Amino acid sequence: MASQTAGKVAEGAGAAEQAEVIKAIKLRHPWRNVFAVVVLLALALFIIDAAQRPAYSWDTFGKYLFDQRISQAALNTLILTVLSMVIAVILGVVLAIMRLSPNPVVKGVAWLYLWVFRGTPVYVQLVFWGLFATIYKTIEFGIPFTEPWATLTTDDFVDVFWLAVIGLALNEAAYMAEIVRAGILSVDKGQDEAATALGMSWLQTMRRVVIPQAMRIIIPPTGNEVISMLKTTSLVAAVPYSFDLYGRSRDVSAAIFEPIPLLLVASAWYLLFTSILMVGQYFLEKRFSRGVGQARPEKLITPTTVQGSENTK
Amino acid sequence: MSDVPMVLADRVSKSFGSNHVLRGISLEVPRGEVLCLVGPSGSGKSTFLRCINHLERVDAGRLAVDGTLVGYEERGGKLYELRPKVAAKQRSDIGMVFQKFNLFPHMTALENIIEAPTLVRGLSKAKAVARGKELLDRVGLANKAGAYPAHLSGGQQQRVAIARALAMDPKLMLFDEPTSALDPELVGEVLDVMKGLAESGMTMIVVTHEMGFAREVADSVVFMDDGVVVEAGRPDDVLTNPQHARTKAFLSKVL
Repeated sequence: MASQTAGKVAEGAGAAEQAEVIKAIKLRHPWRNVFAVVVLLALALFIIDAAQRPAYSWDTFGKYLFDQRISQAALNTLILTVLSMVIAVILGVVLAIMRLSPNPVVKGVAWLYLWVFRGTPVYVQLVFWGLFATIYKTIEFGIPFTEPWATLTTDDFVDVFWLAVIGLALNEAAYMAEIVRAGILSVDKGQDEAATALGMSWLQTMRRVVIPQAMRIIIPPTGNEVISMLKTTSLVAAVPYSFDLYGRSRDVSAAIFEPIPLLLVASAWYLLFTSILMVGQYFLEKRFSRGVGQARPEKLITPTTVQGSENTK
Repeated sequence: MSDVPMVLADRVSKSFGSNHVLRGISLEVPRGEVLCLVGPSGSGKSTFLRCINHLERVDAGRLAVDGTLVGYEERGGKLYELRPKVAAKQRSDIGMVFQKFNLFPHMTALENIIEAPTLVRGLSKAKAVARGKELLDRVGLANKAGAYPAHLSGGQQQRVAIARALAMDPKLMLFDEPTSALDPELVGEVLDVMKGLAESGMTMIVVTHEMGFAREVADSVVFMDDGVVVEAGRPDDVLTNPQHARTKAFLSKVL
């Protein structure tokens, strides 16, 4: 057999005989199976128990899951999340660019912002925003230390919803700034040079070359931040704003003396939203990984000339 | 007009901190000629090339492209730094090809080529696409318009990079070791494109280790070492019959 194979190679036709496919007995992992069964049993026990446990009162859960107050609150939570995130991303990009600036004052100010907003708990910040009207009773327009042109009473126009949005956004901007900065720094310096050499301005280079590539690095952590923000909105009671999902479920549960099923209701909605966001994140990541990673069909552009194809050598 | 050389360097110096990379480079590239810069790594060839389109700023001396000072403006005996917009305008007339191609990975070959003409020159998309396809055809990649850089070989990427630079209709092309990052069997296709470009009358400065190319295509060869021009002249003189010991030592290693 061996000599036969050697002979074939010696003939050198390159059409080597296909060797027999290996059919070995698979290595067994009995403990893996045991562990899996134990875990499944424990899970099943927990579910069966939870389904019957009166404290969860599933009928109340069912009754309030699509309660109009709750679904309205869920919408409020979504709006809070989206608005804060949009503001946070814009501010985060500005802060990231400030931190990369050659101007030491601009750089320092951005650093100071990050230091304050990352260094204090968001809950404390939200309480502070709630006290905004108390701290700044009036807002004056004009030249400092002279008679103001106009004076606004803060209480007249501040709204707890917007205080909540600003509080969440300003805190989040500090984190977004670091994510954006990491993304920008991840883009090869040669890209910037190539764009510059083509006569593109700094803004054009950023917008067309650097940011689109930085997005690949920025998107995954930003998705996490959106999900995290959705959950952080439950802290807006600190402002106090109470028409968000968690706040409203607490209100309802206080009225019917049943806190536990309403917590489950809120959790179900949060889970639904985070699941949707995870799907969205998957598609965004796919969109921004163009030109890298696994092969992808070429864009269909019909060549006008055929004769000029691949004429190497 | 036409007797003004395309590139005129007069005692150009550049240092990074205490490291003097360029120590008084003087040379002249007439219109339509090809100059090859050769020399050991770290001799300042690439830095000099980058100075020509102001990717690096010159510390001392004068560097002019097409009769215009690079990166500075002289008014009343004083030098003023250029505004970014003016500097960008200067660069847009000078094509540059990098060792690592530096194609934009998130754009297809064609998109890479039409990006700057539409964005910087304000060319209409239709015109830019037509011109882009023509250039792709010229570098032999007409069928790769829709391919992303990651799906092209190194040689193909470099040819797209050349087409991208040409799309700006530059009056001068700078090549920074365009074949150094390529597998040996891919070097030829890139050199062929460059040869064709030289024959079409493009003024080119090429930093290269390809002595065969230098001998065949260059009008003049400059040998640099340690930030100075050691020897300059016709390719045959410099490469075949070097006068300086340093040139001889270098050539004996690379040839």
